Amino acid sequence: MNYLLRRLVTFPLVMLGVSILVFVAIRLVPGDSITAMLGTEAGLLTPDQRQALAAYFGLDQGWLVQYGKWLSGVVSGDLGLSVTYGKPVLDVILQRFPLTLELAFLSMVIALCCGVPLGVFAATRNGRGSDLGVRIFAMIGQSTPSFVIGLGIIYVLSAGFGILPSMGEYIPFAQDPLGNLSQLILPALTLGLSFTASVTRISRSAMLDVLSDDYVRTARSKGVPKRKVIWRHALPNALIPVVTLSGVEFGYLLGGAVLVEQIFALPGLGRMTLEAILQRDYALVQGAVLFVALNFMIVNLLVDLAYVTLDPRIRLGGRS
Amino acid sequence: MTQLLSVQNLSVGFGRGDNIKPIIRDVSFTLDAGETLAIVGESGSGKSVTALSINRLIDYGGGRILDGRIDFAASNGRALDLATLQENQLERIRGSEIGMIFQEPMTSLNPVVTIGRQIEEVFRLQGKSGSEARTETLQALDRVRIADAARRLSYYPHQLSGGMLQRVMIAMALAASPRLLIADEPTTALDVSVQAQIMALLSELQRETGTGLIFITHDLGLVAGIADRVMVMQAGQVVEQGAADHILDHAQHPYTQHLLKAVPHFTNGNHVREDAPRLAPSAAKACLSVEGLTVRFPATAGLLRRSIGAIHAVESVDFDILPGETLAIVGESGSGKSTTARALLGLVNPTRGTFRADAQQATQSQKPMQMVFQNPYASLNPRLDVQSLLSEPVLAAGQRLTRDIQARMTSLLERVGLPSDSLTRYPHEFSGGQRQRLCIARALMLDPSILVLDEAVSALDVSVQARVLDLLIDLQKERNLAYLFVSHDMAVVERIAHRIAVLYGGQIVEIGEARSVLSNPQHAYTRKLIAAVPTIERRRERFELNTDAVPTLLRPAGYEPPPAEWSTLAQDHLVRIQPAANA
Repeated sequence: MNYLLRRLVTFPLVMLGVSILVFVAIRLVPGDSITAMLGTEAGLLTPDQRQALAAYFGLDQGWLVQYGKWLSGVVSGDLGLSVTYGKPVLDVILQRFPLTLELAFLSMVIALCCGVPLGVFAATRNGRGSDLGVRIFAMIGQSTPSFVIGLGIIYVLSAGFGILPSMGEYIPFAQDPLGNLSQLILPALTLGLSFTASVTRISRSAMLDVLSDDYVRTARSKGVPKRKVIWRHALPNALIPVVTLSGVEFGYLLGGAVLVEQIFALPGLGRMTLEAILQRDYALVQGAVLFVALNFMIVNLLVDLAYVTLDPRIRLGGRS
Repeated sequence: MTQLLSVQNLSVGFGRGDNIKPIIRDVSFTLDAGETLAIVGESGSGKSVTALSINRLIDYGGGRILDGRIDFAASNGRALDLATLQENQLERIRGSEIGMIFQEPMTSLNPVVTIGRQIEEVFRLQGKSGSEARTETLQALDRVRIADAARRLSYYPHQLSGGMLQRVMIAMALAASPRLLIADEPTTALDVSVQAQIMALLSELQRETGTGLIFITHDLGLVAGIADRVMVMQAGQVVEQGAADHILDHAQHPYTQHLLKAVPHFTNGNHVREDAPRLAPSAAKACLSVEGLTVRFPATAGLLRRSIGAIHAVESVDFDILPGETLAIVGESGSGKSTTARALLGLVNPTRGTFRADAQQATQSQKPMQMVFQNPYASLNPRLDVQSLLSEPVLAAGQRLTRDIQARMTSLLERVGLPSDSLTRYPHEFSGGQRQRLCIARALMLDPSILVLDEAVSALDVSVQARVLDLLIDLQKERNLAYLFVSHDMAVVERIAHRIAVLYGGQIVEIGEARSVLSNPQHAYTRKLIAAVPTIERRRERFELNTDAVPTLLRPAGYEPPPAEWSTLAQDHLVRIQPAANA
């Protein structure tokens, strides 16, 4: 409990650091948001008009003032106004987030449901043909770029079966479960494949370590059947690295998957952030990065809490 | 007596396909119900492989039975050849017919499962229901004399001490009342006094249940205490077997004789070294003197990590060592002996107290104190060759690698008995004994006047141990080295120590000349420690079971123990007077 509080206290500090970094970084990129927003028409603006626009978006002040204003807004829950969307940044992000969250969650479910059993299977047949097969699959899955996998899936489906994945607006699950899944299952598979591959590899190696541990031998000496030795005695001890990896990957996916969103034409966080950067939509980039950072910290915290339930030897908060 | 187990011409190999290397060859022995057979040998003798072959756990270690029969009389009266049994049938034999206890209690229990559930599992595998299994688990813990069993059930292995865990292992191995129990070095990882407890427990339980016991050990002293029959193995073959008394008293095979000779016999101080420099009329002044050394670690608890006091790991320890003298520090785990050694080397910061270490006048080494650690496998960086290992202390002391230093390396290697081409080799190319010699050479690189040896020979086989001890004694004489010898093994201590300090709960309770301390121990703890030493002379002795808890070292904040009061027993033999309240 106390540990949780202390961790939560660090959140604002990390956010502050992240906000400074992103604030400065995006402004170091050449170009300005008014030119980016209006394109060639920006050349037609009179200096006065430009001045007025800059003043409207608060871009006419010094960086420090801008940052101070933005920060005081953030503290009160106002992330500013998006130049491109003409809407509050928070609204834009929250509109995009459910899709990204669901996509990340689906990929993780796929990865854990396939990767862990595959890894365990390979570990118990260490060195045999089936182990080699799993390892080759994992190697290929991990090294193939997601856009290749995604395009491959689309090609096979459309050329072979005449099916096109549904694209466009996000269909919430609550609204239309079938439509939602048919929209997300292919991108989730695409992302899930490489995720599965890494989970498989790490479960395999963790299981290999654990299977040679003394307590596994003890379990066998007690006459515990093979299946139970593997799933009840060995696997729980091998899960820590799997959780660590899954947490990191999940955190990444929460930031959006630009390529996959692009291929499947999904309105996720990744594409939004990319466009915001291209458009020099300062407020949106800052908001998005801050949001992603927050998500990452929450995921990390959850991972740490998961350690405690997995291994009673781990106590949070340093020395026991 | 009915025959329980009969192993005939057993050969086991490791490897795959055509590339199988036999590890044990032609092993034959029998065991009757209720009998105890000790299998004795050094590392690599194949004694563990033999044991693991009986319940076929060897299959999981990459081994294969190449030849031979393992006939086992199961409880339903059937005779089974375990060598050819299918895995699913073996699963029914393991645990319920053949129980096993392993060497390392700390790693042999599943760290993420409570001990209650681990024992319970055995009962469940026997087809017992949940509540029945729980009651029996409780009884099983009671049977191995674990106090407060009901509460311990929900403990995880890391919350218990090694001795406790080994009791849990025994409870688990005996849970299904197997007809055969295999104990593979069950006490090697434990303190002497705990070892005595476990041995007592094993023999008592065996009397109660009539289980046949195969006891694997490298320690002939333990064999004398428990075995009916002894089988000696060397390099995968049985060299001698017979009744325990016969083997111990009239060993025929040269290897058995060699083993018996190499075992450090504990003789209650009758064979201590005679060259104590302290007794010489012209005794030099101490090269290491320690005064009031105190190490405390803060202890915190609760939500706000408020301080609840301190762990008094080492409390006001005083001693000095003369050049050429060995002071042995003995005590069980948690007594503070390693912490003392570490504090002297600056590896932990002393809370209080002073010590002074003088370099030898001849060399004026900058680092008068060097250390040799217990585990020669873990204390040499596997990525460095011998040359780099030996030059490391020199470079760390800020010196350059000169021609002199190079010459020093070669001569030291030669002196500790390593081949001259060792310089470019890596640690994994050496055996355990050779590695420890390497560690000694490394410690001598800076020409120290004091060597701190922390359980330096404990991890070695007896015959290797004997040779390393001889080397240490020779080096001491040659170089007039002072040794601070930390050990739990009284027999080894008797062989190398001039003086002994007994540490208990972080404090010295008895200190003095080795012969006097060992032959006439005064403090209750010293007596207990000495009584627990197994020797070949003590046959089938019943050790007293003792369920006392180890005293806590946790003291309230600001607590200062009363100053020690000593009674002088002899010219060089001090005993701490036991305060009534602290007993």
